[in-house]
Amino acid sequence: MTAYDVLVVGAGPAGLAAAQAAAASGALVAIVDDNPHAGGQIWRGGPERQADARAAALWAALRAAPNVRWLPATRVLYAPAPGQLRVQTSSGASTLYYGRLILATGARERLLPFPGWTLPGVTGAGGLQALAKGGYPVAGKRVVVAGSGPLLLAVAATLKGSGAHIVAIIEQAPLRSLLAFAAGLAATPSKAVQALRLGAQLNGIDYLHHSHVRAAHGDGVLQSVQVQRGQRREPDILHCDFLACGYGLLPNLELAQALGCATATADGQTVVHTDDWQQTSISGIYCAGEGTGIGGVDLALTEGRIAGLAASGQASQLDAVIAQRRRWKKFAARLARAFTLRPELATLAGDDTIVCRCEDVRHGELRPHASWRSAKLQTRCGMGPCQGRVCGGATEVLYGWRPDAVRMPIAPARVDTLIA
Amino acid sequence: MPEPSIALQIDTQAISVAPGVTVAAAIALAGSMVTRRSSSGAARAPLCGMGICHECRVTIDGRAHQLSCQTLCTPGMQVRTGGGAP
Repeated sequence: MTAYDVLVVGAGPAGLAAAQAAAASGALVAIVDDNPHAGGQIWRGGPERQADARAAALWAALRAAPNVRWLPATRVLYAPAPGQLRVQTSSGASTLYYGRLILATGARERLLPFPGWTLPGVTGAGGLQALAKGGYPVAGKRVVVAGSGPLLLAVAATLKGSGAHIVAIIEQAPLRSLLAFAAGLAATPSKAVQALRLGAQLNGIDYLHHSHVRAAHGDGVLQSVQVQRGQRREPDILHCDFLACGYGLLPNLELAQALGCATATADGQTVVHTDDWQQTSISGIYCAGEGTGIGGVDLALTEGRIAGLAASGQASQLDAVIAQRRRWKKFAARLARAFTLRPELATLAGDDTIVCRCEDVRHGELRPHASWRSAKLQTRCGMGPCQGRVCGGATEVLYGWRPDAVRMPIAPARVDTLIA
Repeated sequence: MPEPSIALQIDTQAISVAPGVTVAAAIALAGSMVTRRSSSGAARAPLCGMGICHECRVTIDGRAHQLSCQTLCTPGMQVRTGGGAP
């Protein structure tokens, strides 16, 4: 039995930065991730293949460190006891033992229901980007990128680079919010440079603001989308093969909540509560990156480093990094303000629009319920394999419900994993 | 893109893909994006691309409910799509 001094869950920027910082102390460190490659979502496909040089540098350092173990394609299921996590791979299951735990479980997209959103060809925005990085065929396809947030621009750039034809980028935020956000980029020059670079790559592509997709149409597969532009009376029809649509990001809280870590509300999101050193309400368990609030790669790297240093007893180095974190937190707050969802987006689903895709539960069935709990008990909403990870973010916007914490195991598990 | 050197089977169709290609991508390359049927019988295809939504689940080498967007193709893999909800 191996006991790791520091176990890191999630191999995105926060997790890799945490592992590197902790490993510098000589601690035995393991990184587990359910994906086959490290990098998380922003560095998906492997840190060695990214334009951001920090990714390759971090990864090379970790691979060269004799005291760091990498456990890919490994999904955390539950905690049999304090200091232990039960994990599943494609071939079996095992228990990992740790002294300190760092949660860097990242974020997912907020996906909102509208008529036609279950058609093949409708994906998340980051969803299609992730699929394309795994070889999904988008070359020569017409793609509408829609939803909200700066991610849409990165998605369009990736897809264009893979040979897709970007029909339009459709942003729900109004122009004044976008302009205020753009002006604020001066406070973080590296973000401004990134924005300019994206702008150049997307030159000539329509970027609609104060607009959203009302419905998707197609006979068995997506063929067109209906777009509401500002206050116009008639929607535009755009023909496309893919609609990549995501309304910002939501922290992945499931593992933290299952371990008993307290949550808090920040910038309108439910996040894992952490102290100055990224420690959660449970002693010895830390959280870094998007789990503590959506803030982007720079904040994730900074928080990861703080968590790694703190979890490995290197407190003397913390002050300088904590000062950096303050700056990136301000960027995160500006991000949340600029891309606040407009209330119309909660009104797109019709009574026959599916809201819970796992159990095919429709808006008309959910609307009469007063709470997530009541809907779940009576309609099976949120009881399928995603455990409410998709419909939870939607019902929060549609009905103001706050989903309950998921139960263990936090991912579908094989019976032999549970009884072993 | 590297050469398509990994041969696998998607339902009745043989296909070769490059190393690093996911099963979800191989399914789409084979012609239809559809991965499963919903509990009321509708065709579904990958949505989140990152192992959250479970829309991409298929049967791989006889093992049901595998997430095709998070699984890389390997030689000789047998993939079955169109499974219903559990």
